[in-house]
Amino acid sequence: LSTDQYEELYEDYILPHFEDPYHKESIDCATCQHSARNPLCGDTVTLQLVIGDNDVIEKAYFSGNGCAISQAGASILCERIEGKTVPELEQFSAEEMLDLLKVPLTATRQRCGLLGFKVLKTMLYSRDEEPSAKE
Amino acid sequence: MTPALSAGNTMATEIETPRPALDAEKYRNDFPALHQIHPDGHPVIFLDSAASAQKPHCVIDTVSRCYSEYYANADRGVYYFGSRVDDEIRKSREQVRHLIGANSAHEIIFTSGTTMSINVVARGWGQKFLNAGDEILLNVMEHHANLVPWQMIAQQTGAVLKYLPLTGDGRLDLEQLPGLLTEKTKLMAVTGMSNVLGTMPDLERIVSECHRNDTLVLVDGAQSVPHAPADVARLGIDFLAFSGHKIYGPSGVGVLYGREKLLDQMDPVIGGGHMIDQVFQDHSTWAELPAKFEAGTLPIAQIIGLGTAVEYVQQIGFEAIGQYEHQLLKKAHAALGELPGLTILGPSLEHKGSIASFTIDKLHPHDVADWLDRRGVAVRAGHHCTMPLHEHLGVHASTRASFAFYNNERDIDALVEALRYTMQKHKLL
Repeated sequence: LSTDQYEELYEDYILPHFEDPYHKESIDCATCQHSARNPLCGDTVTLQLVIGDNDVIEKAYFSGNGCAISQAGASILCERIEGKTVPELEQFSAEEMLDLLKVPLTATRQRCGLLGFKVLKTMLYSRDEEPSAKE
Repeated sequence: MTPALSAGNTMATEIETPRPALDAEKYRNDFPALHQIHPDGHPVIFLDSAASAQKPHCVIDTVSRCYSEYYANADRGVYYFGSRVDDEIRKSREQVRHLIGANSAHEIIFTSGTTMSINVVARGWGQKFLNAGDEILLNVMEHHANLVPWQMIAQQTGAVLKYLPLTGDGRLDLEQLPGLLTEKTKLMAVTGMSNVLGTMPDLERIVSECHRNDTLVLVDGAQSVPHAPADVARLGIDFLAFSGHKIYGPSGVGVLYGREKLLDQMDPVIGGGHMIDQVFQDHSTWAELPAKFEAGTLPIAQIIGLGTAVEYVQQIGFEAIGQYEHQLLKKAHAALGELPGLTILGPSLEHKGSIASFTIDKLHPHDVADWLDRRGVAVRAGHHCTMPLHEHLGVHASTRASFAFYNNERDIDALVEALRYTMQKHKLL
């Protein structure tokens, strides 16, 4: 991508998700929730899921603090995973998450872009042991 | 202007004296990396020398010549290459001794960097001399490298960490120092220049207060030595740690200075080849200084390159460097201060070295650095390995521009222009 193309994508896609995010609020009825922090910059994301029958993600909400990439990433993630099943999300890869962000990220910034994804994966893997694990 | 503004550090900048003859353009030409073009087509504007400085041709050539003309292991070869390497390392050690004003070259230990240097003291001195209840005096603006080793040794020995408070503008509150020094305070670890705030503490006053209390002083010189090397013997500094890569030398080499008597009393931290006098089946005896702390194969080419870097900056002169960088910082403060919502962290100009860290309302430092990079401007974003300081300041992260003598006013113009552009794109201007 040229600088201009990057900036256009950023303005048309990342910034709207950052400024007007999807489901950025805290809910009381989450089936499970988990938080993570990017140690490089202190960015945080908490993800809350309502998981219904047949392991379907009925609702996905997030809260957090940080750069546009980390927060827009969590917003895009929440928008995308509603309606998906837990087994489907277990197959969901980091590459697919980066593709969802559309803008190319350097290795350092991938940690921002993948913060919400990391929370989701940690939550799914720890879910069996501790269904309502809170951090 | 009172002369006491930054009393105690050798950078004491007398702003009103005429600008020294530092031909920044000439020196800029010594640094090939500064003449590269960013993949996005912009000239590279490098404002991250506080993280790691660029290297002049002479250092690159020295390292290259070492490998291509006379490379061998150090202190082992009786042949020509080996003795040439030994001569060059001896020369580097002497150059470093001269740089920081140490009494003896034996007091100069080559390490892998500032972090290792501080760890050598924390373990080699701390493990032997700290008892439960003894106190180590720190402060929240220290880099993690000058906090974590002390936390680790405190956990092992039962020593207690105490913190000297900061003033509201980000200086050490030295008025409170005498009250915090007790008979249990064995060591104060303090930065020579904060890597975020740029604050340069009054080391002369700190050493004098601490020594009156029989408290040792370790100075983290990672940021200060490249701009204003401490005069260790004159100031009475007990330990000084710094890195080669921030003083225009290679990465992978650093220095620990320690007063000879202290280094003699300390135990070695890493065991192995070169640090021994005699090895028996069940025990060993230690080599003399500095070998006692230099186990294994040294970073040979890096040490020799560091010698060249030290010689290079000394030729330019620290007085000229200090004054020139201060002019740049002054311009940066003025220009950044005009941007709405931008807050510069740390004290006013006269108390700091050439670092300008800032926050911008509603704009995250990582986004700032990302957007600046696309205009060719390299700055650092994050907590800069100072999480307790950022916690203290109540900010998650900050953006840092740092200036070296190879930067110029055009670099600052480019920084401000790129910031304006970024703010416009984020609808903040």
